[in-house]
Amino acid sequence: MRITLNGKETGLPEGVTVAGLIALKKLNPKTVIVEYNHELVKEETWADIVIKENDKLEVLRFVGGG
Amino acid sequence: MDFSEEQIIRYSRQIVLPEVGGIGQKRINEGRVLIIGTGGLGSPAAYYLVAAGVGTIGIIDYDVVDLSNLQRQILHTTKDIGRLKVDSAKEKLIALNPDCNIVSYHERLTAQNIKEIINDYDVIVDGADNFATRFMANDACVMANKIFFHGGVLGFTGQTFTIVPGKGPCLRCVLREPPPPVSVPTCSQTGVLGVLAGTIGLIQATEVLKYLLGKGDLLVGRLIAYDALDMRFREIRVKKDPDCPVCGDNPTITGPDDYELAGICRTEKERGS
Repeated sequence: MRITLNGKETGLPEGVTVAGLIALKKLNPKTVIVEYNHELVKEETWADIVIKENDKLEVLRFVGGG
Repeated sequence: MDFSEEQIIRYSRQIVLPEVGGIGQKRINEGRVLIIGTGGLGSPAAYYLVAAGVGTIGIIDYDVVDLSNLQRQILHTTKDIGRLKVDSAKEKLIALNPDCNIVSYHERLTAQNIKEIINDYDVIVDGADNFATRFMANDACVMANKIFFHGGVLGFTGQTFTIVPGKGPCLRCVLREPPPPVSVPTCSQTGVLGVLAGTIGLIQATEVLKYLLGKGDLLVGRLIAYDALDMRFREIRVKKDPDCPVCGDNPTITGPDDYELAGICRTEKERGS
């Protein structure tokens, strides 16, 4: 299925959760915030959100340098 | 405060702006801004805020200038290598605008000293080079009801938003805990595009000036994430979390923690990232 990830159309297997996507992208969940269809979603809920066709996700890795 | 002839000319290009004017300029001149770090974010922020005439700028930095800093930490020059960053920074800032009172703190920001230091300022700019310090500063600012201008950079990306306690989310509403130091790369390990730190630092400085002027919409409840490779600014809506441990309904963090700052200290050579 197709989703929009960080503004770009991307393919993703059916049934992947937000938590699964973070794992797939090899991101450390402790450094990441996720906007799911324009709504910021807490880490506790990531495993319960199954990504659907045409969903829009923004995955932002927080950076700490200065 | 009446403006001198010299000040009127110095600030003429902003006094002429309807949003600034004489009253706004006076507000800027009376502003008291603490900048945490004089590195990649703090350097451009301090430079422009001093240029704009912010009356009192506090700079806190423990480091000395290293050759590897100069690619982005524009307050420091080649001949400053080995000097205290606060001394090097103060010299440049006073040279740019002798109107400004620069207060320098050659020390680490710690749980012990943060409350007293921020107490002297209206607003605090986050130019820290690690998560532990910026979370501590976030917590202390929320507790002291001070505006905190968050910024962070690494590689080709950065993020920034403005924390107005009571009005919008704080850093912990967005990211609950500082990521463990071992899990997050630093600028010295991963690198950072110097100019990118300038972009984020200047968004922070812009927000400071807007706050002092009382004009425009601050980045409250809106986080800007900048990706220089894609040349894309994303705006992510962030909300105040009632469960936030510092600014929520039942806060569990009531004193600034130290988060074992010692654990993330790097060698002298690597520091200042």
